[in-house]
Amino acid sequence: MTRMNMIQAINSAMDVCMERDDGVTVFGEDVGYFGGVFRATAGLQKKYGTHRVFDAPINECGIIGVSVGMAAYGLRPVPEIQFADYIYPGLDQLVSEAARLRYRSNGEFTCPITVRSPFGGGIFGGQTHSQSPEGIFTHVSGLKTVIPSNPYDAKGLLIAAIEDPDPVLFFEPKRIYNGPFDGHYDRPVQPWSKHESSEVPEGYYNVPLGKAAVVRAGEAVTILCYGTMVHVALGVAQESGVDAEVIDLRTLVPLDIETIAASVEKTGRCVIVHEATRTGGFGAELSAQVQERCFHHLEAPIERVTGWDTPYPHSLEWAYFPGPVRLGQALKRVMKD
Amino acid sequence: MADEPGRNLRSLSLHVPEPKYRPGDHVSFEDMDFPAAGSVAKPDTAALPNDLRDYPYTMVRVLDADGQAVGPWNPKLDPDRLRAMLRAMLLTRAFDERMFRAQRQGKTSFYMKCTGEEATSIAAAFALDRDDMCFPSYRQQGLLIARDWSLVDMMCQIYSNAGDRLKGRQLPIMYSAKEAGFFSISGNLATQYPQAVGWAMASAAKGDTRIAASWVGEGSTAEGDFHAACTFASVYRAPVILNIVNNQWAISSFSGFAGAESTTFAARGLGYGIASLRVDGNDALAVYAATEWAAERARSNNGPTLIEHFTYRVEAHSTSDDPSAYRSAEEPLHFPLGDPIERLKQHLVALGEWDEASHDALKAEVTGQVREAQREAEKLGTMSGHNFNHGFETIFEDVFAEMPPHLKEQSEQMAEERRAAGV
Repeated sequence: MTRMNMIQAINSAMDVCMERDDGVTVFGEDVGYFGGVFRATAGLQKKYGTHRVFDAPINECGIIGVSVGMAAYGLRPVPEIQFADYIYPGLDQLVSEAARLRYRSNGEFTCPITVRSPFGGGIFGGQTHSQSPEGIFTHVSGLKTVIPSNPYDAKGLLIAAIEDPDPVLFFEPKRIYNGPFDGHYDRPVQPWSKHESSEVPEGYYNVPLGKAAVVRAGEAVTILCYGTMVHVALGVAQESGVDAEVIDLRTLVPLDIETIAASVEKTGRCVIVHEATRTGGFGAELSAQVQERCFHHLEAPIERVTGWDTPYPHSLEWAYFPGPVRLGQALKRVMKD
Repeated sequence: MADEPGRNLRSLSLHVPEPKYRPGDHVSFEDMDFPAAGSVAKPDTAALPNDLRDYPYTMVRVLDADGQAVGPWNPKLDPDRLRAMLRAMLLTRAFDERMFRAQRQGKTSFYMKCTGEEATSIAAAFALDRDDMCFPSYRQQGLLIARDWSLVDMMCQIYSNAGDRLKGRQLPIMYSAKEAGFFSISGNLATQYPQAVGWAMASAAKGDTRIAASWVGEGSTAEGDFHAACTFASVYRAPVILNIVNNQWAISSFSGFAGAESTTFAARGLGYGIASLRVDGNDALAVYAATEWAAERARSNNGPTLIEHFTYRVEAHSTSDDPSAYRSAEEPLHFPLGDPIERLKQHLVALGEWDEASHDALKAEVTGQVREAQREAEKLGTMSGHNFNHGFETIFEDVFAEMPPHLKEQSEQMAEERRAAGV
């Protein structure tokens, strides 16, 4: 075991996979010599050479499209899209091609690619460096969507994603690359080294896709969250004194509805938190599935705490970000009766 | 098949571009071959693209090593105009230095300098009409400054302060200034290119007289939007000038990752049947002349022009970047086309219209102007200390012309939750 922040854990996952499988190929804008603008691929080109780790032209459509082609040849591409906000030019290749290749060729061609991309806000990135577009991808049949919330999971989930036989969107919450963040932007930043989940094995292990984690056990209310919001939820659970059970989804598709349903049936209350905009967001899907399965156990309406239905603002970031104030109020409402 | 008996096929190998120099390397640009200033002929603005096929492979240059303006592309500007251009370039550089420092002082979250590339926007702006429409990327602050736009207004945007017309919504330097003919900047790359073509098509369809111009970095020519723009510009002979600012580096990727190992960026235009020029981007007179030529071509319905401005990104990509990690520190010092401000200054001196004393005085004047603007802008707030500067309800405004019920509800919810929480 060694201490890693999320960047180091993600780097280590790629390193382990490249060591084990010479088909694993890493590329994207600035990922080669420089090692990525967030340093996630630092050192990999030096270790594995330019045929397996290289810089790409600034063309996200090309990055995804050539990944599909490399996968058709038999490689396991792990392309990086520098910011999730830049993924849209690659949408057609993801939605119409990568997601459907197995289906339309009856398994003749498959697409084991893992698209890594930093997402989410909290870094004053403005509307083109802060978005959470996961809901666009969870809506597409044939794509898996994975979002880690700590270094241990980030490495284990990324290894599982790379080994998965189908295309995976791996969204990395960039606000917590270097330390957990509970949403109190006016307090000093905590490094990962003080957090138990920064104890990460140096070698191979995986965290299976499709399994949520109960990161805090509780009896009063279930909080469903992922990515940065896990830490906001844990912070609010702590501060509010509400005995909340916090579930880190880790994988959005396929969803671990069994763990979620068991918790909501126990607590009878449910709050869903995500940074992404509200209308048609993944919270809507969670809310639907929870009421379908747990309707008779619910003692209060399901609450959603999400980004507002507006573009992500720059200077008013902390009014937009679903932080402790908003989650705290939602918890009060859901616990009222 | 490779395993067929009797066939002895060679193994394939993948080519991955590699820049000549990395950190610590000594740099020599001696193999860069530029034609002499004044050596390239100037074609008629009605020339067909097919008759201009050599232009993407040479370089339009006007200023020679002694600062003399030579050859057919010399725009023969009067000294007052030259001094005005020099002033805009010095002002832009002073503005950049000041705002870079403000970011380091925590007054804003982000900044991007255009050091060394000033001519590619400022000389172009001087050659365009004031009401021609510009679709910039994120490094064309020179356009606004050349059009005498308010420095205070620009700084207020950078500070997301109470004077920011964009209400703190946009990342610093992502200006929008319709009155200055300056389109709202997007952080997504090359999206402005087809938009410029569309604006130009609309202007043509309506029998207007205004043309459009856009700027994109060489790295962003890889984006599909670039190619969409070229296709539409060519098909509809749109009155548009498509500028490629080839500053050699796209964050850490040298121009080879956008295709520069195989051809020039100007040559991209050939396949589309677009007249294409390659210009010394650090030569303000060459940039001016090429833009003037392209503008006249567009105005007389002879269609679009693509211009590659060969220049160098002297500073980091942005305040979030450190180029010492990926390129030799010697590169900016040895770039063979020199500094655009020094070259224009040398030209004015050679004309007998300028000297060191007047240059120093002008530098002091523009520095003072920037300092004064900064004082004014900071009265309206900065970003230091989590200052919000704008009402929270402004988040919900301007998503649509009319606020729909769900946004009204969310706006009310935000206010209510903050009231209830006592914050």
